[in-house]
Amino acid sequence: MVGSFRAELLKLGKRPATWLLLGIALTLGALFAYVIPYLGATSGTTGATADRGLAATLPANIVGNTLGGYPVFLGALLVVLGVLFVGGEYGWGSWKTVLTQGPSRTTVLFGKFGVLAVAALGFVLAIFLMGTVASVLIALAEDASLTFPSAFDIVRGIGAGWLIATMWTMFGAVLGILLRGVALAVGLGLVWMLAVQNLISQLAAPLLPWVDSAQRGLPGPGAGALVAALGAPTGTPGVSALMGGGPATLVVAAYLVFFLALGAVVLRRRDIL
Amino acid sequence: MEPVVCEKLTKRYGEVVAVQDLDLSVRAGEVYGFLGPNGAGKTTTLRMLLGLVRPTSGRVLLHGRPPGDLSGVGALIEGPAFYPYLSGRDNLRVLARYAGVDDRRIDVVLDLVDLTDRARHKFATYSLGMKQRLGVAAALLKDPQLLILDEPTNGLDPAGMADMRTLIRRLGAAGSTVLISSHLLGEVEQICDRVGIVARGALVAENTVAELRSGAGLRILAAPLDNAVAWLRLLLGPAAVAVVDGALDVTVSPSRAAEINESLVKAGIAVSELRTRERDLEQVFLELTGGESNGR
Ligand SMILES: Nc1ncnc2c1ncn2[C@@H]1O[C@H](COP(=O)(O)OP(=O)(O)O)[C@@H](O)[C@H]1O
Ligand SMILES: [Mg+2]
Repeated sequence: MVGSFRAELLKLGKRPATWLLLGIALTLGALFAYVIPYLGATSGTTGATADRGLAATLPANIVGNTLGGYPVFLGALLVVLGVLFVGGEYGWGSWKTVLTQGPSRTTVLFGKFGVLAVAALGFVLAIFLMGTVASVLIALAEDASLTFPSAFDIVRGIGAGWLIATMWTMFGAVLGILLRGVALAVGLGLVWMLAVQNLISQLAAPLLPWVDSAQRGLPGPGAGALVAALGAPTGTPGVSALMGGGPATLVVAAYLVFFLALGAVVLRRRDIL
Repeated sequence: MEPVVCEKLTKRYGEVVAVQDLDLSVRAGEVYGFLGPNGAGKTTTLRMLLGLVRPTSGRVLLHGRPPGDLSGVGALIEGPAFYPYLSGRDNLRVLARYAGVDDRRIDVVLDLVDLTDRARHKFATYSLGMKQRLGVAAALLKDPQLLILDEPTNGLDPAGMADMRTLIRRLGAAGSTVLISSHLLGEVEQICDRVGIVARGALVAENTVAELRSGAGLRILAAPLDNAVAWLRLLLGPAAVAVVDGALDVTVSPSRAAEINESLVKAGIAVSELRTRERDLEQVFLELTGGESNGR
């Protein structure tokens, strides 16, 4: 188990795509959570959103402001990471190479899950660090206060981000296993993240009451409600206080466990061709 | 304990019967050639041995255990598959971690397949032959007692093939059991102790290379030819003698060469050449397998 984990860690760390995805996540995160709101707030545009925009970018709000991306766009990048990491084994035909070295399928898969969880934590910490640096710079530029959230809030926020990020990577991993490859899994994963989730919450839920209650059981709205409970700005796509933080955590955690189990069962049952 | 035993092994993919009621056993320390045309079911059988593919029916035992425990077993199945963004060495480092093998073993296997010079380069930049050799290196990581190689010389040039044969012979001599599949008889006959010939998913012959050649005979140049034919037909029966290109093709155990020579000479026939004629193995192979490949 430890050997498999170390093997997967080497593969992930040496893979250029990993670092490319992290770079994109940091760039987009900085752009949409800090640069654009800051420019909007200081460009002379007046009104409520502009003032709120500036407040969100200050150190006091790092937790909520950096969590806002996880329900949709950071989530999408993490799904891609999960798909690449697991689906790639099908694309290269390398399952047989790995499995003939001796580890069981379950061992290899849980090694992968473990490494994805570590990578998800790395993403969350990197985004949080980026948010901290950006907010301090803005506070200095604007002569605003340098008060930070309490240590408890920071740890809770990072924990919530980690839970959601890990759940999305496992979603990608399971898609890779079910569809035995990368291309279709990435495609369908992104359609789900960027289109279907939005259609459900923006279009279907307001029309049909049963869709509105059912969407509370979906991973995206669960993640959106969890980050909303921790102060993510509700204007951000996918962020919506559909339920409290407790139930939202349960929904996200349940999907995490479900994806783990589904991946393991399917991988064990099928022939490796 | 025999390293490999298959009993009535069968695999169906929907309508396609890839392997049917295959019985196979490989003895400890031998180099076994698993021979058959493309599509005969070799790869499918080897995948079942390694637990990659579940048999439809029948049983597999590796060292007396059902597949799953692959300690002491190294394998290369149907072409090398590695991570293109990693160097040859890093690919082996990854696999050594899965196998729980010390990193020092990596240099040893790289050297065995003569890939040390290019180990730093990305797998994506390797030629087909280098990829194949990296595949063999990976199979050797565990210093396996049982080595399973599926068409290991695919994509190698003649020099590479010769190197591979030398390597396999050396491993066999060192006491490893080797199960090697091929669609080319010529490639395995020099290195295998026994061969099993598979066609359309079933084992059609299993023998030592020497025994497969049996049905060998003598080739004799003698004059006058007609007298020689008549005399030998009298001696050995009409079916045993044929004339091919002005020479006599005699189906008889080569051990009787001296005796036959003497009887010809006593009958007043001049023998200018007499040598053993081995049966063409390629011909045997084609006869046994029906002379065609299945599918591909
Ligand atoms: N995954 C698969 N699905 C359907 N048919 C398959 C599959 N794998 C192999 N076959 C068929 O099984 C037969 C044996 O294939 P294989 O074991 O690869 O032969 P060999 O290795 O001897 O060339 C072929 O007819 C092949 O087309
Ligand atoms: Mg094959």
